[in-house]
Amino acid sequence: MTEAQHPSSTDPRALRSVWLVARRELDTRVRTRSFVIGTLVMIAIIAAYPLVMFFVGQGSTTSTVGFTGQATTMVRPVTAVSESLDVSIEDRLVDDPRAGKRMVRSGELDALVTGAPDAPELVVERDANEELRAALETVARQRALDAELARAGLDPGQVRASTSDVHVRVTSLQPVDPQQAQRLGLAMAAGFLLYFMLISSGQMVAQGVVEEKSSRVVELLLSTLRPSQLLAGKVLGIGLTGLLQFVLTAGAGLVAVSAAGVMTLPSTALAGTLGWALVWFLLGFFFYATIMAAAASLVSRQEDLQGVVTPVVMALIAPFLVGVTILPNNPDSTVGAILSLIPGFSPMLMPMRIALGVAPVWQIATSLVLIVVATLGLLWLGGRIYRNAVLRTGARVKITEALRAT
Amino acid sequence: MPESVLEIDRISKRYGNVTALRDMTFSVRAGEMFGFVGSNGAGKTTTMRIALGVLAADSGEVRFDGAPLDLRMRRRIGYMPEERGLYPKMRAAQQLAYLGELHGMSRHGAREAADRWIDRLGLTERRDEEVQKLSLGNQQRVQLAAALVHEPDILVLDEPFSGLDPVAVDVMSQVLRDACDSGVPVVFSSHQLDLVQRLCDRVGIVRKGEMVANGTVEELRDSGPTTLLVDVPNAPADWAEGTAGVRKLGVESGRTRLELSDDADDQAVLAAAMATGPVREFARYRPALTELFRNAVTEESAA
Repeated sequence: MTEAQHPSSTDPRALRSVWLVARRELDTRVRTRSFVIGTLVMIAIIAAYPLVMFFVGQGSTTSTVGFTGQATTMVRPVTAVSESLDVSIEDRLVDDPRAGKRMVRSGELDALVTGAPDAPELVVERDANEELRAALETVARQRALDAELARAGLDPGQVRASTSDVHVRVTSLQPVDPQQAQRLGLAMAAGFLLYFMLISSGQMVAQGVVEEKSSRVVELLLSTLRPSQLLAGKVLGIGLTGLLQFVLTAGAGLVAVSAAGVMTLPSTALAGTLGWALVWFLLGFFFYATIMAAAASLVSRQEDLQGVVTPVVMALIAPFLVGVTILPNNPDSTVGAILSLIPGFSPMLMPMRIALGVAPVWQIATSLVLIVVATLGLLWLGGRIYRNAVLRTGARVKITEALRAT
Repeated sequence: MPESVLEIDRISKRYGNVTALRDMTFSVRAGEMFGFVGSNGAGKTTTMRIALGVLAADSGEVRFDGAPLDLRMRRRIGYMPEERGLYPKMRAAQQLAYLGELHGMSRHGAREAADRWIDRLGLTERRDEEVQKLSLGNQQRVQLAAALVHEPDILVLDEPFSGLDPVAVDVMSQVLRDACDSGVPVVFSSHQLDLVQRLCDRVGIVRKGEMVANGTVEELRDSGPTTLLVDVPNAPADWAEGTAGVRKLGVESGRTRLELSDDADDQAVLAAAMATGPVREFARYRPALTELFRNAVTEESAA
């Protein structure tokens, strides 16, 4: 408006004005109770994630198995076979089957092995561990085979020695990533963090804009700076607040991961994921914050805010849902790849795909270019809406009016 | 002190089919207090918003010291918007310091000025309280301090007296007077015409986006046809009819009210009055601003 009136007038203090607004946002926001509590909750969730993975992982790999009667002779071979199947067994000798069954029921034992070695019985509370059952079957079959071989006049030991050289040669057409599970865990953590951070910081921007409008302080502010400077300062300040929260949360996650020792991925992979998550947080933030600010400038009261902000929040939920439903089962999904290029989807999907190690460089570059271009366009459009709507108090301003007015 | 004049030069503004301002023109000199009066919707707020750059004019220019007002110069204006507003959750002193910095002060200077104004307006005990927790009167004081914290070169205040209690009106008047005396042009709008008459050096009356009268209070009161009030107890009803250029307006509590045309001689009227017997009162009638305002507004709507 002013610019139009005096196109030649430049403002030598523009940057300082923007910084003053940003500093106020940062300063007042980090002191609020909601910021402190929100950050602590985020830290707790992110820190708990690797620890939970750690305990869940431990629980699934060790089972306590009781052996009773003749089955006690099977302890050693069953344990050996189980280990080759990645199940470690803690064996317990039990006096009689009845006592063993009681222990299974009480949860003291995960399973009980009874009966004869060539016809063992596996007692479990509900479902048998498939690996354990397979190990038991292998051992029992071996016993039966040994007996048959002996009856046919062959030495079971010799037969075993000559057959153990037979192996299947495996040719992988695609290299197997032994750390796929960890990558997925990392991708999910990044997706969750980005989703939560983008929603909360976007809401902060929307509320901040309406706060100035509803308190009418905006008119006083706009007598000292341009709408674009106010908007830029506000977005920058809240962005810095979000960045601080992000770094604190990600740092806590990093500490928890190394403390729990669940990561065997090289530390560069972890740092890379976090680095990309940070980049995409900033890109996503500017993208969504601009939309949020423009939407919020249309209303004058906090009560009316939900109506204009909800569609934007929906636009944030969609990519998150796509990310957590498609990518874990099918990281190479074409739909996921295409969506991860589209601005709006990319801030959550692309860092997840990068963490999964399935995003080629050209796709990363394309998504970066697209979101930067889209954000610039949004800044122009959103700035125009904001400039035209921010001083209009009262009823909700129609978006077409805000775009048309000068 | 250089001659600092705020000039509003032929400003026009339309909203769709509605003309908000048409060639609005006036100027306020350094050390002069200008009262801006007019009914609601006449265009006072629009004029001030344009002067502050919050709104853009369709045409016309606002100048200070002969140069068009740019953003840098606008930061030197102290502004009190009609719709008062401060951050409700910010502490009083912090808020003032922030506004001071936005107006171009250094961080340190802004803090000092904030404390100075807080002390001066009697808010010392409240300096660290959130604005929303202050009483309405104290919020108004913070609002005034917000307009003054950066020691402005120009003051523009939209309805600064509305909602103030009598003590606060005195404080406000004194603060404006002091600013004025230090050489700052002061413009304010008000519906309290007695206040405007008492405080202002010059007054502008606005109607439907146009300035219909503009001058010192004395000039405005002296403008228009000369009116005489004459108390001649023994005179017949038509005692003044014979004098040239005199029109009788009526009789109010025994006093005859006469309107004189430009070439009429008031001494001739006096002579005619004395010819009827004793003259108890012979005075020139000067209307109060309230009356002028009412006339200006109604005359226009009749026309």
